[in-house]
Amino acid sequence: MATTPVRIQPKNRVLAWIEERLPILSFLSSHTSEYYAPKNFNFWYYFGSLALLILVNQIVTGIFLTMFYKPGADTAFASVEYIMRDVDWGWLIRYMHEVGASMFFIVVYLHMFRGLMYGSYKKPRELVWILGMLIFLALMAEAFMGYVLPWGNMSFWGAKVIISLFGAVPWIGDALVQWIMGDYNPADATLNRFFSLHVIALPLVLLLLVVLHLAALHEVGSNNPDGVEIKKGPKGSRFGADKPADGIPFHPYYTVKDLFGVGFFLIICAFIIFFEPTVGGWFLEKDNFIPANALVTPADIKPVWYFTPFYAVVRMIPAKLPGVIVMFLSIAVLFLVPWLDRGHVKSVRYRGLGYKIGLALFALSFLMLGAVGAGLTTEYIPVFFGAAANLTAIENFFGRFWLFIYFACFLALWAYTYFGWEKTKPVPERVTTHD
Amino acid sequence: MTKPIVVRFLLARVAVVAATSLLVAGTCFAEEAAGLQESGARVTNIASLQSGARTFFNYCSGCHSLKYMRYSRIAQDLQLSDDEVLKNFAPAGAKAGDLVVSSMPSRPAVGDQPAQGADAWFGKEPPDLSLEVRAKGADWVYTYLKSFYVDPSRPVGWNNTVFANASMPFPLWELQGVQTPVYAPAKPGEDAAVEKLVLSTPGKLTPAQYDDTVRDLTAFLEYSSEPAALQRHSIGVWVIFYLAFFTLLAYLLKHEYWKDVH
Amino acid sequence: MANEVVDPGRRRFLTATTSVVGAVGVVCAAVPFIKSWEPSARAKAAGAPVMADIGKIEAGQKVSFGWRGMPVFVVNRTPQQLATLPEVDARLKDPRSDNVDQQPAYAKNENRSIKPEWLVVIGICTHLGCSPEYYGVVKPEPFDPDWKGGFFCPCHKSRYDIAGRVYDGVPAPANLQVPPYHFVSDTLIQIGVGPQGAA
Repeated sequence: MATTPVRIQPKNRVLAWIEERLPILSFLSSHTSEYYAPKNFNFWYYFGSLALLILVNQIVTGIFLTMFYKPGADTAFASVEYIMRDVDWGWLIRYMHEVGASMFFIVVYLHMFRGLMYGSYKKPRELVWILGMLIFLALMAEAFMGYVLPWGNMSFWGAKVIISLFGAVPWIGDALVQWIMGDYNPADATLNRFFSLHVIALPLVLLLLVVLHLAALHEVGSNNPDGVEIKKGPKGSRFGADKPADGIPFHPYYTVKDLFGVGFFLIICAFIIFFEPTVGGWFLEKDNFIPANALVTPADIKPVWYFTPFYAVVRMIPAKLPGVIVMFLSIAVLFLVPWLDRGHVKSVRYRGLGYKIGLALFALSFLMLGAVGAGLTTEYIPVFFGAAANLTAIENFFGRFWLFIYFACFLALWAYTYFGWEKTKPVPERVTTHD
Repeated sequence: MTKPIVVRFLLARVAVVAATSLLVAGTCFAEEAAGLQESGARVTNIASLQSGARTFFNYCSGCHSLKYMRYSRIAQDLQLSDDEVLKNFAPAGAKAGDLVVSSMPSRPAVGDQPAQGADAWFGKEPPDLSLEVRAKGADWVYTYLKSFYVDPSRPVGWNNTVFANASMPFPLWELQGVQTPVYAPAKPGEDAAVEKLVLSTPGKLTPAQYDDTVRDLTAFLEYSSEPAALQRHSIGVWVIFYLAFFTLLAYLLKHEYWKDVH
Repeated sequence: MANEVVDPGRRRFLTATTSVVGAVGVVCAAVPFIKSWEPSARAKAAGAPVMADIGKIEAGQKVSFGWRGMPVFVVNRTPQQLATLPEVDARLKDPRSDNVDQQPAYAKNENRSIKPEWLVVIGICTHLGCSPEYYGVVKPEPFDPDWKGGFFCPCHKSRYDIAGRVYDGVPAPANLQVPPYHFVSDTLIQIGVGPQGAA
């Protein structure tokens, strides 16, 4: 629902004086109590507000960590242990930041899946989707640089490998890698510039993108699980004769609902932070408790879980430049979804069976690539096929199969909708349910 | 209000996502068990930590430091007094706030200056153990300390089945006794592999007592890896208790407001 | 659902309860962040009590020792200097050391010290934190023609007598602070810990 220009006229004279000059209350009101959202949001609609909550958590805990952390190849590792041991409650602040990073990706992946499921990328929300993808890119850069900061052995080798991706660029690759590192290896200079980007530059970019993402969303209005445009539907509700009949004010209805979601989510986070902060090496890897050592690569080096699908792509392509290109394509292709999908039905509820299967396969391929990248296949292939099995061959077949599925889903989406093969169900006039 | 099939389908999918993540989480715990014995170390057992600390400072601290730990922190967390810790664990003249650094000066060879201390004796500086358990896992440390055997081919006379060719001598031998290897028949073109270890000379402790000693030592090192572990469990219970109450209130509030929505 | 009746009282009650419980949670969550600014274990270790060898300080001389990053002045006062103390009482803000924050109970006396000749004070002006200079000799000074010896702060011209008591009419509000200390032997004091049995 496009934000209606509301003017609040406060009774309090001080507030009125401010409001005449800077309509801050009117602004807040038009984005909360005067923002009408469909009344049928379900479970999947919690993740947007949760992502915002985590962003705030990362900023607050990050500000405090910056007060104690010392960038520098000689000081970084020890300063993290200083935070963990000598600073009062430093361990809690660090764990909140570290668990927050992983939870950010869990929430963002679910949020993106929601968008694919209900067609939230479709007209008129293409820009909301594009801005969301840009947030995802910025978040990946932010997370990568944050991971380098403790300067453990995984930080070092992770930095080395990821920066080396840029070495695949023809002609200027090597020079580019040196320029990014400011040295011949990840070193003090690399750490310092990543620190600056991590605590200042990228957070500013992220905040700006989040503001634009929300502004674009509030201009076109929220989608919903039925994929029905509530502002095209009938008007008139208890909130006003000109209000959409299927809309309810975001505040208080969705603020209280999201509050419940926040409570539930925080219970999960608290459980991890207080009882299993490393999640068995998935959120904090064992090798990162060893200081950076330029001479020894960790035996089971792999990125943190949220990068494993993309890492698998690089591993599955048997050449450097193509591998890097395909990896970037695997992200870039997501930007194109609003135009690859020619169908007119938004929600998976009323789309053809092909879309449902495709979406499930796509999600599965992402998880399977993640499993390959995380080394689960390396571990379980001998279990299923016997120790004598050709691990590399089976793993490559498995990984390449799901990589093929990943890209095939996008192509199939285009063909399925472009040639009109999709048999959709009738979309209802009004939203159907709410909980 | 009955939930339509679509909603149930989506809920089922959530369940699948949750189950998958549990499975993934489960496998990572299983991963640690491969080839290692379960340590059974409990960081919350203060008596075990005290016993482990005694073993550490009697047998290990001569060479290994805990450079991120302070004596005062050990005293506080292990429910000892500063004086007890300084008297029993620290070198003379140490202050309560000092870091636990090795009493043995060690330095690699620089220019024409020969290496000193451990660097001269073992070829490298003994590693700091502050984060050993976080880096290797408690089960690894526990099994490692039980897997030393005599090997005259090694410079220090000892070898280890968990960490082959470790350059560390085995100071706990007087407790455990001496283990000798039994080799499996060598495959062609390969060196014979150690099949199992046999206790050829008993030590001061029975095998069961030695296991307890090593378990306590592992617990102490686990504590040293993350002293906050002692605090986070007890605080975590209260935090989750509070959040559950808040979530219940938020649910009731949501339910109340949503009575408006038809 | 449509049949449920809205009870405004219940709604107000739940809103208020959730807000209060939520606010309590936010306040509790803020505590670790505020506490993280406290001196860390490292700062506390560095701020541990220090030993000061005072055996080589000659009569009338002042030596500074570092404690918690601050200068601690130790002055071996001469009988002549001690004799000036009653003379300046009338010109001081707090001649009886009634401000209990500025010295431990065992230093609340005419000399503001454990042993009369040994003055131990934190060399930080109680005005805005500069370190005063020691002017031990009784002679006319540009800042006071009737100077009886003591400390003079260059920043805002506050003056203290030879027991660290602040003069009236200067910006500094209180006497120089006496840190906790005790004599380990006649020539060795420990700064940071009071005498046995003293609070």
